[in-house]
Amino acid sequence: MLSIEVEKRLLAFTVTMRFDAAEGIVGVFGPSGAGKSTLVNMIAGLLRPDRGRIAIGETVLFDSERRIDIATHRRRVGYVFQEGRLFPHLSVKQNLDYGRRMNGLPDNPAHLEAVLALLDIGRLIDRRPGRLSGGERQRVAIGRALLMQPRLLLLDEPLAALDAGRKREILPYLERLRDEAGIPMVYVSHHAGELRRVATSIVRLEAGRVTETGGLDILDRIKADDLA
Amino acid sequence: MLDLTPEEWTAILLSLRIALVATAAALPFGIAVAWLLARKQFWGKSLLDGLVHLPLVLPPVVTGYLLLISFGRRGPAGSFLYETFGIVLSFRWTGAALACAVMGFPLLVRPVRLAIEAIDQRLEQAAATLGANRWRIFLTVTLPLALPGVIAGAVLCFAKALGEFGATITFVSNIPGETQTISAAIYSLTQIPAGDAAAGRLVIVAIVLALAALIASEWLARRANIRFHGE
Repeated sequence: MLSIEVEKRLLAFTVTMRFDAAEGIVGVFGPSGAGKSTLVNMIAGLLRPDRGRIAIGETVLFDSERRIDIATHRRRVGYVFQEGRLFPHLSVKQNLDYGRRMNGLPDNPAHLEAVLALLDIGRLIDRRPGRLSGGERQRVAIGRALLMQPRLLLLDEPLAALDAGRKREILPYLERLRDEAGIPMVYVSHHAGELRRVATSIVRLEAGRVTETGGLDILDRIKADDLA
Repeated sequence: MLDLTPEEWTAILLSLRIALVATAAALPFGIAVAWLLARKQFWGKSLLDGLVHLPLVLPPVVTGYLLLISFGRRGPAGSFLYETFGIVLSFRWTGAALACAVMGFPLLVRPVRLAIEAIDQRLEQAAATLGANRWRIFLTVTLPLALPGVIAGAVLCFAKALGEFGATITFVSNIPGETQTISAAIYSLTQIPAGDAAAGRLVIVAIVLALAALIASEWLARRANIRFHGE
């Protein structure tokens, strides 16, 4: 489904990654500095690989040989950032509507209702991001990315900025997202426990390279961490 | 309270009109230049930065003289404007507005630039992933978040334009009803023996207008902050 073959020279090391991911949620696992954010930024179009090819199914987002490099705003790849990045000057409702409006999608109250219910954020709709808790902010950020009807959803350490209690608050929503939204996802984390709960397959990175790909059993060979 | 004569009213209304037009005309250019200086690296950037700030440090009479030789009827820019659009700037209130816009420009650009530099660019990246092209990112994220700076810059430019004297009088002279602003009128009144009372009245008007502009900017900036940062 998602097919990656990229090379990118960075200051500290060169990232060389190649893998094909199945449907479902691909958990990208690795220590900090392994190139996880580099990978998702290349998929989103925020960082340009030196060489390679990135495709979601039949849709080629980047291909250096064929000189294809779709601009970020045309990729329809949803991105949930570690720190949410909600627009502080817009209400929650306006944040949620942003992607739909920018992509010229028609108003879809049923979809909006479904996402509000899925993430339980209906009562936050008139607030500004400055008045949300960290967990609420992350749920709104997930909703905002979902409502643009992305081809693929990238989640880059979406729980890393939250304390343990907030993480436990969000994880059930992520599980529901996996089971109900039907959108392929790439979920980046350095927590094996988190990935064990939400991912359906694993890509393991180390120092800019893919060291292993496969099922969740990859995680069992890694010592348990605090979140399991 | 203040018993203003029709001539004094004319000067006051003319000053307000010139300052408003100068600010409105400078605003789009000021925002564009501020954005360039805040976000882009390009050859000649220091030169552009210097040019923008030049009216701040140059003697105003020099700025006025430069405007006169370039935007006067026979100047290269002036003759072009006259021949293509029929616009005459020299010795007209529109020329006064141009002089005020140039003099106020650095005061406008600086706060806008600082406001744009303070914006978290990661928000703009987020907007791009959500489908916004550069222009729409600018209109929906950058500009609204820079609004307090834009308001501050516009008010400073307006206040500067209200009081501008040297460049204006050099470029468009001191013609009552056409180019005689409050400052120019006060200057004329100080040159005649019986002008003290009238000059005093205009001085009070100048102080009131300047104070009003400052209070308005405070109020607007606070409202924008509430609106855009939710506190």
